[in-house]
Parts: sequence; C-alpha cells; structure tokens
Amino acid sequence: MGWAIALHGGAGDIPRSLSPDRRLPREAALRHCLQLGVSALQSHAHPLDVVELVVRELENHPQFNAGKGSVLTTDGTVEMEACIMDGKTMRCGAVSGLTTVVNAVSVARLVMDKTPHIYLGFQGAEAFAREHGLETVDPSHFITPENIERLKQAKEANRVQQDEKSEVLAATGGSGDSQIGTVGCVAVDRDGNLATATSTGGLVNKMVGRIGDTPVIGAGTYANSYCAVSATGRGEAVIRATVARDVAALMEYKGLSLQEAAAYVVGERVPQGTAGLVAVSASGEVTMPFNTTGMFRACATEDGYTEIGIWPTEQE
Amino acid sequence: MGGWAIAVHGGAGVDPNLPLQRQEEAKRLLTRCLKLGISALRSNLPAIDVVELVVRELESDPLFNSGRGSALTEKGTVEMEASIMDGTKRRCGAVSGVTTVKNPVSLARLVMDKSPHSYLAFSGAEDFARQQGVEMVENDYFITEENVGMLKLAKEANSIMFDYRIPLPSTCSAGAAAANNPIRMNGLPISVYAPETVGCTVVDRQGRCAAATSTGGLMNKKIGRIGDSPLIGSGTYAGKLCGVSCTGEGEAIIRATLARDVAAVMEYKGLGLQAAVDFVIKERLDEGKAGLIAVSNKGEVACGFNANGMFRGCATEDGFMEVGIW
Repeated sequence: MGWAIALHGGAGDIPRSLSPDRRLPREAALRHCLQLGVSALQSHAHPLDVVELVVRELENHPQFNAGKGSVLTTDGTVEMEACIMDGKTMRCGAVSGLTTVVNAVSVARLVMDKTPHIYLGFQGAEAFAREHGLETVDPSHFITPENIERLKQAKEANRVQQDEKSEVLAATGGSGDSQIGTVGCVAVDRDGNLATATSTGGLVNKMVGRIGDTPVIGAGTYANSYCAVSATGRGEAVIRATVARDVAALMEYKGLSLQEAAAYVVGERVPQGTAGLVAVSASGEVTMPFNTTGMFRACATEDGYTEIGIWPTEQE
Repeated sequence: MGGWAIAVHGGAGVDPNLPLQRQEEAKRLLTRCLKLGISALRSNLPAIDVVELVVRELESDPLFNSGRGSALTEKGTVEMEASIMDGTKRRCGAVSGVTTVKNPVSLARLVMDKSPHSYLAFSGAEDFARQQGVEMVENDYFITEENVGMLKLAKEANSIMFDYRIPLPSTCSAGAAAANNPIRMNGLPISVYAPETVGCTVVDRQGRCAAATSTGGLMNKKIGRIGDSPLIGSGTYAGKLCGVSCTGEGEAIIRATLARDVAAVMEYKGLGLQAAVDFVIKERLDEGKAGLIAVSNKGEVACGFNANGMFRGCATEDGFMEVGIW
C-alpha cells in the first residue's frame, strides 16, 4: 500500500492526427500537474488538498475544458461546474453555473467545508464565492479563441444530439476535439485516505443552465472508503449510468477489483464513445479506462510507476 | 407477483406532535393521489406517465413541500426542483431553481423528452419552460401563509441552534419538546422542519418502472442550494429492476446515493426489494435521517425510513392498499 494519483484532461474523439501544437502543450500540462500532485503526496499533503491543487492547475490551463478554456454555451458564455468528495467522511461539495470565479473546484471545496449544504448553483454559488473572498474576474477571462471557433462549428453542424447511440463527432477540420470534456484528479495517500475532484465548462453549445455529470455526486464524481473516481465524457450518459458510484458499488457489492469494476462500467454501462474515468483504490491501485478514441490522462504510484497518455496503449 | 404497484410519499421526518387534523388531511391527500395513480394504472397508462400525473397532483396541493406550499428560501422566495426517471432505458430529466413553473415535475419530463440534456437549472430552465409553453405563474403563487410563519421560526431556530439554554418561542410546539432533546432534522427542530419533498414510484403491468420526486427544498435554505431531489441516483432512480424516490435530509441522501444504492444492491448483490430497502436505510445513512419508497419490476412495493415518520401510501394490483405516517 502506498500513495497513488491519477488525473485526466477529458475523454473524447481525439484523433491520432492531432497536430503537435495541440498535443504537446497538453502533454506537458499533464506531466506538470502530475508532478505537482506527486510532490504534494510525497510531502504528506491530504488527498483532498492534492486533488484540489491539481484541479486548480488544470482549470488554469487554457487548453482543457475547465476554468479558462471552458467550452461555450449556446449564448457564447461560460458556465462552470465542479465537485469534490472525501472518501473517508463522504463529505462533498459541488457548484454549477459559475461565471466569474477563477477556480470552481475551490468553491466546491468551500461549500463542503463551510456550509451545511452540498451543492450551490448559479447566482447563489457566485454570491457565496464572493462572500468568501474567492478570486473573481470578468467572464471574458475564461473565453479562448479556440472555443469561440468550436462553438461556431458546433452551431454549424448542430451537433448536440439527443440520440444516445450517436457519437457526438464534430467536423472540425482536423482538430476533432470539440468533445473534450472535463478535468479531474483522484488521489490516495499511504493511509488509504481517498479523494476526488472534477471540474468542467460542460458541453459545447449547451443550453444555458444545462448541468452535466460533473457536479452530480455518484455520476461524474464519487469517493468512499473503497475508491475515488472522476469521470469524463458525454454528461447525459454518465448521469444515467451513475458511473462513479457504480465503480465503487461493484467493488463493494460484487467484490470486483478496482480494475475490473472500472472496466465493466466503461465497457458495459455506457454506450461506446461516451465515457472515460480515472480511479484509485484504498490500497494504492490506479486505473484509467475509456471507451472513446482517447483520453488525456496521467498517473503515478508510490512504487515508481508513471504513465502519461492520450490514446490507448498497446496493451489495451 | 407481477401486476402493477404504486407508492407515494409526502416527506420523511414528521413532528410527533402534529395535530390530528393535519395528520388526517395528509392521509386524505395521499389516498387521493394513490387512487389517481391506481386509476391511471388500470387504464394501462405507462409508469412514466403515472408518476408524472401523481406528482403533479402533489405539487398542486399546498399541503406538502413541493410546488404550491414549497418551503421558502432565506429570502422568503420559492425555488423548486424535481427529477423524473424512466426505468426502461434509464432516460431522465431534472430541473433546479425553478421559480415560476407551476409543475416542476412536468418541466423535468420535458427536459427528458424535448431537450438534448438531462438537467437544466435556474434561468436556463425557466427559458426552456417558456419555449415549451408550460404553465407559468408568479413566484408568490407558491408561497403559503403557513410557510411564511415557518420561515420566521426557522430563522429563529437557526440563529439560536447551538444554545440550548434559550427556550424556543412558545408559539411553536417545539418549545415544550425542547426541554427534553427535541428531534432535529437538517439542524431544525422537527416542528419547524418542513418534510422535504413529494414523490411517486410505479411499476406498470408491463413491468416498467419509473420514479419522480419534487420539492421546494430546505426551509430557510441559501439561495441556489440544490438538494437531493433533482439528483439522479440520490433522490430519484429507476432502472430495469426497480424505481425509487427518497426524502429526508438531502445532504445525507446525496452522500448515500440512496436511490441508486437500492437498485445497485439488487443488481449487484441479488437482494430482493424489501431487503435492499432495509439494507440501505440501515447501512447507508449514518447519522442522516431519511426515507424512501420503492417498487420492483415484479410488482412489489416497499418503503423504509429511519426518520420519525414518513407520509406515505402504497398499493398493489392484488388489492393491497395502505396509507400511513408512523
């Protein structure tokens, strides 16, 4: 048993032809965030602090769909949501509809720590963040030219589809990554304390007020004494499959291992092309399955194992 | 085994000193809603339509905490939320922060059927409602005099919550109970706490399960506070094997992913409906107080609660019918 950490920058239809100028910065970011998390764990930081730290870093990076770099709603605005959960106490915090707060995951943390509630949304969440002195900026801070372009293409293609069977691909002329959804991090320390955090701008061209799986405890985010999970993909599919909760439930109720449980959920409980997740177990195992073309991900364990990747490795 | 089954609830966590007249009123409403659902089931209406129909009825009546008669936010306004789930394909819809839509459960249904998403909230939900042409009213339609009074008491109770030496206002029956360890839920004395939520779960003759839950939320809640009712897997769940609707301390229900766990325990541990319900109530709630109603695709009905009472009613095709509080 030792510490372990895994993080993701979104699962989706990431083509292998992804140009180096889009691939390399993200790989570098994954490496950087992984190192940040590893150092924190090595310094005995609590997993809750580790996941918040890493997700803040991912939120600040403009090429992932969270915080700065969030995809845009159909109105061209940004609405961010996040969630954090402590496996040992099962305390959790979630927020939706943030428009000016720089780090949504930190608001979720405050909801968990400073209120008797779990979930605050929209104006109430913004007011709460301000009351607690969190950093806010003009909403335009989060909008990137890439995302303006993605929205334009999504509107042209009108790709937000109802049919769960259709893969939500986008004719984005080569970049093909308009499906990038969510960032997240899970961590466990040597004592088996587990934590998870997820953050996102949501679905490109989403209706204003649309909430995805990220802040729904049990769907995109979940941790208990068995494991910590952060999921990504098509929010609507992740919600109805209660992805994150099911990984833990399979371990607890069916005695599956972390790997088996995660593989089963991603393979059998959600349609092909809709989801991926990262998870760690109380005993320091890690797994990062996905049924999409790719998932930006990275993980490390105390015994020295490290992995950073986008597409399936040869063994998968 | 087989045949339809239906269960309804009007909230878990009931004041033991609730006047008899109120208890009778509640039982009459539950009976009326049950009969509405039964009649619909006998006409072969699909489960998903039955749950919506019944919850609309509960929302329209000011007695329970949903739609008209919703608990009030800290600002004295109403913010409602609801969710609905169709077990056959696990399609779902949910809304939060609804302030002018007469029947939030129907808006949740529309999100499920007519939008590409599963969950819409606040102004986005209201815009969608307008586009869909649902019945809209002013926010004060939902506000009852009784709840305005309750809000005042809740504010007083919240502000003196941690000092037991100060007696609660004698106008509320908790004043007497306060002397000997009052029952509390979500930090409020039980007489002031408004049982959260109404819900309905149904299995029709074809074995299809559905569930829906609707609420005004926690009395004196912060603006923007979202509870368990709109969260799929927490307050509401329906799959192939069962349908579940929960009520009680929202935060405890969320942590326990209570509704999903009933189904997960059946699916992954092979437990029957009642055993699954008993298991999650006993093992998943820790210090939280909550209750739930559930039906199985075999035509069974079950309920469980660790709170002090739950307004509920259930019926099965073979003629069983029961309405109760304690």
